[in-house]
Amino acid sequence: MFLSYPFIVFLTVLIFLYYVLPKRCQWFLLLVAGFAFYAAADIRYPPFLMATAFTVYGAALWIGRCSQKTAAYRKGPHKEGEAPSRQEKKAFRRKMEKKKKRILLLCLFLNIGILAFVKYTNFVIDNVNTVLEHTGRQELSYIDFIVPLGISFYTFQAVGYLFDVYWEKCEIQKNFLRFTLFVSFFPQLVQGPISRYSHLSQTLYGKHSFDGKNIRSGLERILYGCFKKLVIADRMGAGLHVLAEDPGHYTGGFVFVGMIFYAVQLYADFTGGIDITIGIAEMFGIQVEENFIRPYFSKNIAEYWRRWHISMGTWFRDYMFYPCSISRPVKKIAVFCKKHFGMGAARRVPVYTATMLVWLVTGLWHGARWYFVVWGLANGVILLISEELTPLYQRFHQRFPGLGGSVCYRAFQVFRTILLMSCLRLFDIYGSVRTTLRQFVHMFTQFGSHPVTGEELAGLGLSRADYVILGAGVLVLVLVSLGGRGGSVRETIRRQPYAVRYTVYVSLFFAVLLFGVYGQGYDVRQFIYNQF
Amino acid sequence: MMDIIKKAKKPAAGVISVGVFLVLFLGIQRLVVPKYADGLPEGNFTAEYYDETTDHDVILIGDCEVYENIDPICLWSEYGITSYIRGNAQQLAWQSYYMLEDTLRFETPRVVIYNVQALVHDRPQKEEYNRMTLDGMQWSPVKWKAIQASLCEEEDFLDYIFPVLRYHNRITGLQKEDFTYFHKRKKVTHNGYYMRIDVLPVSKSDVADISWLPGGEKEPAGENPGGQEDPYDIDDPWGEIEEAHADEPELQSDTITDKKRRETFGRLPMEYLDRIRRLCEEKGIRLILMKAPSLAPRWYESDNRQVVEYAERYDLPYINFYDLLEETGLDYEKDTYDGGLHMNLSGADKLTKYLGKVLAEDYHMPDHRKDPRYASIYRQKEKFYQDMITVQQAELERFGEIRSY
Repeated sequence: MFLSYPFIVFLTVLIFLYYVLPKRCQWFLLLVAGFAFYAAADIRYPPFLMATAFTVYGAALWIGRCSQKTAAYRKGPHKEGEAPSRQEKKAFRRKMEKKKKRILLLCLFLNIGILAFVKYTNFVIDNVNTVLEHTGRQELSYIDFIVPLGISFYTFQAVGYLFDVYWEKCEIQKNFLRFTLFVSFFPQLVQGPISRYSHLSQTLYGKHSFDGKNIRSGLERILYGCFKKLVIADRMGAGLHVLAEDPGHYTGGFVFVGMIFYAVQLYADFTGGIDITIGIAEMFGIQVEENFIRPYFSKNIAEYWRRWHISMGTWFRDYMFYPCSISRPVKKIAVFCKKHFGMGAARRVPVYTATMLVWLVTGLWHGARWYFVVWGLANGVILLISEELTPLYQRFHQRFPGLGGSVCYRAFQVFRTILLMSCLRLFDIYGSVRTTLRQFVHMFTQFGSHPVTGEELAGLGLSRADYVILGAGVLVLVLVSLGGRGGSVRETIRRQPYAVRYTVYVSLFFAVLLFGVYGQGYDVRQFIYNQF
Repeated sequence: MMDIIKKAKKPAAGVISVGVFLVLFLGIQRLVVPKYADGLPEGNFTAEYYDETTDHDVILIGDCEVYENIDPICLWSEYGITSYIRGNAQQLAWQSYYMLEDTLRFETPRVVIYNVQALVHDRPQKEEYNRMTLDGMQWSPVKWKAIQASLCEEEDFLDYIFPVLRYHNRITGLQKEDFTYFHKRKKVTHNGYYMRIDVLPVSKSDVADISWLPGGEKEPAGENPGGQEDPYDIDDPWGEIEEAHADEPELQSDTITDKKRRETFGRLPMEYLDRIRRLCEEKGIRLILMKAPSLAPRWYESDNRQVVEYAERYDLPYINFYDLLEETGLDYEKDTYDGGLHMNLSGADKLTKYLGKVLAEDYHMPDHRKDPRYASIYRQKEKFYQDMITVQQAELERFGEIRSY
C-alpha cells in the first residue's frame, strides 16, 4: 500500500494538514488518517481493529482501577476511620490481583481469540479434514474469512500494552481515541514494528512544529527503504518465484541459489518496509523503534534473533518467555526435575520449555501452515543445541585463545549464521515441509548433477542487467551495513559537504526511479511481512 | 558585502540544486522515452504536426486507414489542396475527437475527413497504441482529457505526466536511436502520411481474405451472426508493432480481437462521432466520413449500414472505398504492401486522386499551387517525399525489403 501513487498523494496531503492545523488536533488527524488508510485497504477491516482497541482499552482501565484501589486501601484509613490491618491489606491486594488476572485473561482470550479465529480456523479444519479423509468421513467445509491487514501486529501491540498495564510498567491511557491511535498508527499497521506504549506514546501524542530536518530525514529513510524494496527485493523476487515454482527442475545448486536469493530478498523487503515506516513516522515528528540492527553480521543464531525483527523478539521474550519460565506449572516441573535428575536439569527445564513454546508460537504467528510450525521449532532446537554446546565452545576458545578475536574466525561465524538461517528459510521458499526437506538433501546430493550455469540463471527471468543491478544493490546494502558499525551512516552523510550529500541522495533517487521494479507491467509485490 | 554573499549562498545553492535535479530528471526522462525512429516510426506521427508552418484546407483523422491510404503530397501535387493527416495506429474514436480538438487550437480547416473503422471499438484497447497516439501530443487541457478518455485499466495518468515512470525499465536496454534522437526527432511522415513503396500482393499473403468484397464470393447474409467466429482472428495487423515491443512487458492481453463481435457500434464511439460532428458544425467545417478499402479488419455490412444511416441522418457525405474499387482502379495485387491491410504508395495515390477529385469538384477546394505562401514549403515537402522514395527503392533493391521506415 505504501508503494502506490494514491498513497503518495495521501501522505503529502496529510503532512500538509498535520502542520497547518492546530497542534492539539495533530494526534486526532493521525487517528482519522489511520482509519481512512485502513478502510481504503478494505472497508471491513476497521471493525476488527476497533474491537481490539475497545476491549484492550476497557480492560486496561479496569485493571488500572484495581491497582488504584489496592494502593488506596494500602494507604488507608478507610471510610470507617480505622486503618486496615496488615492481613486485611494483604487479603485485599490478593483479591484485587485475582480480579486483575481475570480481566487480563478475559481480554487476552477475546483478542487472541479473534486473531486465532480468523487466522487459524481454516488451518484447523484442514488438519481435521486430513484425519476425516483417512477415516472416510465427510469433510468439513472451509470458512471464507477476511484476515484484516496487520492483525497480528496490532493485536500484539495492544496486548503488550495490556501486559504493561497489568504489571504497572506504563501509564494508562484514559482517552479512548488516543489509545485507538496507538493501536492504529497507520505507518506501522502494515508490517510493524510492534511498538511499546511507553516508547511510542512519548512522541505520538506530542505537539509537533514543522521542522524541515524531520521531513528531510524521513524522506531519506523512505528513499533508502524504496531502494531496498523496489531495486533489490522485487527484482530478486521475480527470479526466486521461478525457482520456487519448479523445485523438480531447480534442484542441486539451485537450492543454494534460492537460499541466497531469499536471504537477500527477505532482508531487503522487510528492512525496506520498516525504513519506509520509520521514515513516514519521522516526517510527523514521531519516533518508531528500530526493528533491525545489521542482523546478517550476527555471530550466532541467538544474536541474530536479537537483531532481526527486534520488536517481535522482545515481545515474545517479555510477554511470553519470562512469564512462561516462571509460571507455576513450569516451576513444578523444575522441582520435579531437581528431585529426580539434579540441578542441571532443573535449571534447564524452565528455560527450554519456555524456549520451545515461544518458538512454536513464533512459527504459528508467521502463518497457519505446518512448515511455519516446523520452522519455528527448528529455530528453537538450534538455539538449545547452541546453548548446550556453549561450554564446548568455551573450552575450544580457552585452548586457542587467539582464534576467537581473529577476523577470519568472526567472518566464519557470520557466514555460518547466515547459512544456517538461510537453510531454515527454505521452508518459507518452498512452502511445504516435505519439499523443503527433499530440496535440502538435494542441495548436497545433486549439487553437481544440475550445475548453475549462466544460461540457467538467465532462465530465471533475470537478464544480465538485472544481475548487475542486483549485485550493485547488494554491495550498497553491505557497505551501508558495514558503515553502520561505527555509528549512523545517515549522520556520517549529514556531516559531509552539501555537494556530497546532494550527490548521494540524488543518486539514490535516480537509482530507485530507473532501476526500481514498479509501474505498468510489473506486479509490485506486497511486502512479505504483510501476510503475517 | 560578505554578509550578503553569505546570506545569498543558501538560496543560491537551493536554486542550483533544484535546477540540476530538474535537468537530470528531464534528461533521463528524455533518454528512456521511446524515440519511435527506426523500429517503430508510428509513435512519431502526433508530434510531427506541431512542426507545420502552414494551415491546411483538409484534416484527416482516424487510424492507420488514413495515414497509410491517403497521401497529402499527392493531393497537393495533383490538386493543390493542402491537407494533413492526424492519424495514429489504432486511433480510437475519442482519440480522433481530441486530435481534432487539438488541431483546432491551431487552425480551422474547411473539411475534416473521418475514417470510420475505429467505430467498432467501444473501449480502450492497448496501452502501446495509447502511448503512440498521446505521448507526442502537446500538453494542453485537450491532452489531459484525451488521456483520461483513453486510459486502459492498468494504466495510470501519472505515467503520462512523467513518462519516466512508465519507461524507466528501458534504461537497461537503450539502443543507438535513443542517443541519436535524444535532441531531435526523425521526420517520418509526409503531412501525416506514412509512405511504403513495397508490394505484397493479397494472393501471396495469408492475412486477409478478398472473397467478401463486392464481386467476391460473399459469406451467407454477410451480417455476421452473433455467434460466428470472429474474422478478426484471421490476422493481427498490429503484429509487427507488438513484435517491436517484444522487449517491453506485456501489458494487456485483450486486444482488437474481441471474441464476441457486436452487431451495433458501442455507445462510446458513437458519442464521440457525435462530438466530432457537432464540433465541425460549431466551427463551420464540412465533415466527411470515409472508409478505406483495407481487407482486414473486415468491414461488415452491418457496420457499413450503421455509418450509412448516420450519414443520411445528419446529411454527411460518406465515401466508402470498398464500393469504389472500379473508380479508383485499386489492385490488391499491386497496391498494397502487406497483403491488403494497408495501401502502398501506388494504392494510396489511387485513393488520393479520387478523393482529391471529389474535394475539388464537390467542395471547391482552392488550388494553392501558385500561392507563394505554400509553394516553397511544399517544394521542400515534395523533395523530402522524393528522397524517401529513392531511399526506399534503394533499400528494396539492396535488401529486398524496406528497413529504415
